Amino acid sequence: MRQVYLDYSATTPVKKEVLDEMLPYFSEKFGNPSSLYDIGQEAAAAVAKARGRVAHLINADTNEVYFTSCGSEADNWAFFGVTDAQSAKGKHVITTEIEHHAILHSGEYLSKRGIDVTYLPVDHEGRVHPEDLEKAIRPDTVLVSVMLVNNEVGTVQPIKELAAIAHKHGITFHSDAVQGLGNVPIDVKDMGVDLMSFSSHKIYGPKGVGAMYMKKGTRISNYLHGGAQESARRAGTENTAGIVGFGKAAELAEQNLKSHIKNVSSLRDYFIEQVKKNIPDVIVNGTMDGRHPGNANITFKYIEGESILILLNEKGIYISTGSACSSKSLAPSHVLTALGIPVEMIHGSIRFTVGDFTTKEDLDYTIECLTDIVKHLREISSVNAEKGW
Amino acid sequence: MAMYNDKVMDYFLHPHNVGEIENADGTGVYGSPVCGDMMQITISVDKDTDVITDAKFKTFGCGSAIASSSMATDMIIGKTVEEALNVSNKQIIEELGGLPAIKIHCSVLADHAIKSAIYDYAQKNNKTYAGLEGFDPNADDEEQDDSPEHI
Repeated sequence: MRQVYLDYSATTPVKKEVLDEMLPYFSEKFGNPSSLYDIGQEAAAAVAKARGRVAHLINADTNEVYFTSCGSEADNWAFFGVTDAQSAKGKHVITTEIEHHAILHSGEYLSKRGIDVTYLPVDHEGRVHPEDLEKAIRPDTVLVSVMLVNNEVGTVQPIKELAAIAHKHGITFHSDAVQGLGNVPIDVKDMGVDLMSFSSHKIYGPKGVGAMYMKKGTRISNYLHGGAQESARRAGTENTAGIVGFGKAAELAEQNLKSHIKNVSSLRDYFIEQVKKNIPDVIVNGTMDGRHPGNANITFKYIEGESILILLNEKGIYISTGSACSSKSLAPSHVLTALGIPVEMIHGSIRFTVGDFTTKEDLDYTIECLTDIVKHLREISSVNAEKGW
Repeated sequence: MAMYNDKVMDYFLHPHNVGEIENADGTGVYGSPVCGDMMQITISVDKDTDVITDAKFKTFGCGSAIASSSMATDMIIGKTVEEALNVSNKQIIEELGGLPAIKIHCSVLADHAIKSAIYDYAQKNNKTYAGLEGFDPNADDEEQDDSPEHI
């Protein structure tokens, strides 16, 4: 059966060039980068090379990039590290309602420890308004954290403007850029961020590796304690093969950035156009103005997302849904809720993300299957366009 | 899908009794699109024998909601009204070979949709059934729902 992967925001396959560079670091060049003899230093050099590649992609200085085990670790580090190091200054953090759970749940944990967390709202396009940030700032605010690109609807935030507001008040600014890396241009110096989180497996690198950009002089405590790895900022023996893979993926992402954005967004636009043409009663959530190039978040009215997901899976098509029924908590997507989308519409929302291996034929096959599936489920459904909700 | 067993998948992929009976003897609707599941069950009843001769469903909901509706309608066709009232959500789950714990509420919805359809039939025909005692078709979902995780 044909397989069509349309969930590149969940994860991406490791590219062959990436895997080829990683393989020697498992068994052959297995040395510990902290060891002083040759095979140790060979591994250390490979980690340093990867650091340079990641730094180059985001226009950072090489020694401002710290490898972590994942994007979530970098997010946790930002929250716990900044609030700890700046506890004498204050106990207030500002973030948004549409962050990834790595941020939201870190915020919830901090709240239990006596720190106030303010969640900024977003408009119906999923965008944070700078004036809302300005209003939320207090004398005791120590951290502002706003994601660069939303994982569900793909909205790009005005990070440069938001970081400038935080800095005007002397507040550290962090951005979770896990979905942004390789999909939108990132220049940490131009954006003016102090901290930024990244993940390898969203850019055709391996899972189990992330990174934190940390501007020199940022007041942040360590999060993982132990050895002196990562300039004594993040303990733990380096995941050499994974880091090498992340480095290669970053190099490819930089080389391909323009063509990737162009190809992926043109496929995504074609997909949305075909969905609208072939299927009635659909709504595209978010905005087309400043969006992740591969993201299409679409509500299919009068039916439920998990049903769509299962039937697409039967056809070898892989997508994700904001429906409550597919989540372990049975709570509908917090992102779509924050955009003001009615709950019954959230239940029928599907996130499609196209990526580097998606073809037009894949999308034509998907449209064909999707058209039949939506029609079938609407025939079964107890609600429809005539009856209304 | 690894999350559902083969029987649930079969009832979801090839549902039985989909549709709406015209001039039904009883109609029950339970749940709401806001909650993520809404079932409508229509029944035909032989008024002399009290046997349910046909049942059809229409469901807005996930795979297990559709499979539960399909199974529930299968289970009540051919039963007397009193026997149908004894069909519990537990039996629906057993017949489906089990549902993931988080999806138990879908079978509860099917159970209530059946009772609502029978309640409608009883009201229209001035009948009383022991199995309907204390049943309120308009009761709040959350009170009826025994799944604490359903929010």
